[in-house]
Amino acid sequence: MALDSAAVARIAHLARLGIETADIPEYARNLSDILAFVEQLDAVATNGVPPLAHPLEARQRLRPDEVTETDRRELFQAIAPSVEAGLYLVPKVIE
Amino acid sequence: MEWETVIGLEIHTQLATRSKIFSGAATRYGAAPNTQACAVDLGLPGVLPVLNAEAVRMAVKFGLATGCTIAPMSVFARKNYFYPDLPKGYQISQFELPIVHGGHIDILLEDGKSKRVGLTRAHLEEDAGKSLHEDFHGMTGIDLNRAGTPLLEIVSEPDMRSAAEAVAYMKKVHSLVRYLEICDGNMQEGSFRCDANVSVRPRGQSEFGTRTELKNINSFRFVERAINFEVERQIDVLEGGGKVIQETRLFDPDKNETRPMRSKEEANDYRYFPDPDLLPVELDAAFIETVRGTLPELPDAKQQRFMADYELSAYDAGALTASRELADYFEEAARVGGDGKLAANWVTGELAGLLNREGLEITASPVSATSLGGLLLRIRDNTLSGKLAKQVFEDMCSGAGEADAIIEQKGLKQITDTGAIEKIIQDVLDASPKQIEQYRAGQEKLFGYFVGQVMKATQGKANPAQVNELLKKRLAGD
Repeated sequence: MALDSAAVARIAHLARLGIETADIPEYARNLSDILAFVEQLDAVATNGVPPLAHPLEARQRLRPDEVTETDRRELFQAIAPSVEAGLYLVPKVIE
Repeated sequence: MEWETVIGLEIHTQLATRSKIFSGAATRYGAAPNTQACAVDLGLPGVLPVLNAEAVRMAVKFGLATGCTIAPMSVFARKNYFYPDLPKGYQISQFELPIVHGGHIDILLEDGKSKRVGLTRAHLEEDAGKSLHEDFHGMTGIDLNRAGTPLLEIVSEPDMRSAAEAVAYMKKVHSLVRYLEICDGNMQEGSFRCDANVSVRPRGQSEFGTRTELKNINSFRFVERAINFEVERQIDVLEGGGKVIQETRLFDPDKNETRPMRSKEEANDYRYFPDPDLLPVELDAAFIETVRGTLPELPDAKQQRFMADYELSAYDAGALTASRELADYFEEAARVGGDGKLAANWVTGELAGLLNREGLEITASPVSATSLGGLLLRIRDNTLSGKLAKQVFEDMCSGAGEADAIIEQKGLKQITDTGAIEKIIQDVLDASPKQIEQYRAGQEKLFGYFVGQVMKATQGKANPAQVNELLKKRLAGD
């Protein structure tokens, strides 16, 4: 499967990555090569093989429902660019 | 053209766990911003989610109560999108293998018929934080206390055909999750909210029309209004020769309209994939059976039992089992008062009226179930007439104490002594020679006048049935 420039631009947008227009053809070539490499797996017959959700053959361990965390807001907010009234401030998001 | 409405609901219920679904931070509502958001909830580098056993147990409980299949293996997946109140850049949810699927919920329609609504699935996921768009110097404030709160998203089949059916379904699910004690059901606090998928099609057509999704509706009233508006809007579009665009819309209760939320170009592509930080959840039969053992009597079963044990109508039994608290209240009042039918009449009548007027929940009733039962006892043993009982009930509501104390204190005891009533009747008749004459001349309506005089003379305390009987005898006899 080969990706065109539009697909690369869309993927970059979904991932919120800013890429130079000039670089798009190279990204398209590299990503297409990666896809082609992975597509070799299509040759394997997987009928009747249940999809693998995780490579480890283990089951999820469960945690008892207990509150173990204390308030460390000051510590966490010390590295935030902007805070006010206990809130993290971010550039305005409008729906 | 005649149109048919098709509705499916996605209900988000916040599970009533103490800690979050993947972290040990508290879930208590109303804490100061970001004081219940730990490193995991903030999505800081290097943290790992660990699944809360109680959230799993609650999801299974819901599945068992609704006839779902409990998945022996379910998988958490990442749902990728960017929004500031989702710091990881993805929400941990379930996609291809949800924890339970394929059950049903029966709802009672207005015409008294029952309808079965299919459940596609219910899956576990984490809630996002909250964005506050008030003006912080042109910035948006983010509170991540809610981030990571466990949600059970309950997805119905597109089986509902009107806004009223959607409301009935939503109410039934609301009642059920509270019976199961897996969600507090507090809609103001957002513990129970719903998205509605709505489409219309010409009646008789089997394919569905293009649907829109109405987001974040947090009251029963709004769900009805939002759907009704949206149905009208879609019909107008189609009848005007246009096409319905598949999109997400927000309901504005102030303007009573829905409007598009995200533009078409932004159409979501969530790129789900299994979360490598979490292993598959495997549930064995022993675990499932242990959870089954904790199921309470469910609303439908309780309703049947009330109809059988207390000889109640389906309607009354349905009303009394709407919540577990109300059902418990009724049963306690019926037990103390020794009469189910009488208790049902009082709970659905006087008490419901009072709670409605005062805007109170049954748990905040000023009259306890035991106290109401005490009042019923005095009605049953003829101490109180219906009218006096209402008077005593009003006093009980304003905190005057138990029925017996009020009766004693106010001397409200009903007069049932025949001799005493006869004497009062005699006094009334002696004072009303003119009325007796008119009555005997054929003005039978005057009977009510005599009854009224007797009741007035006894301050309403004479037993009305006895007064009627004795008066009739007396007026006919002389």
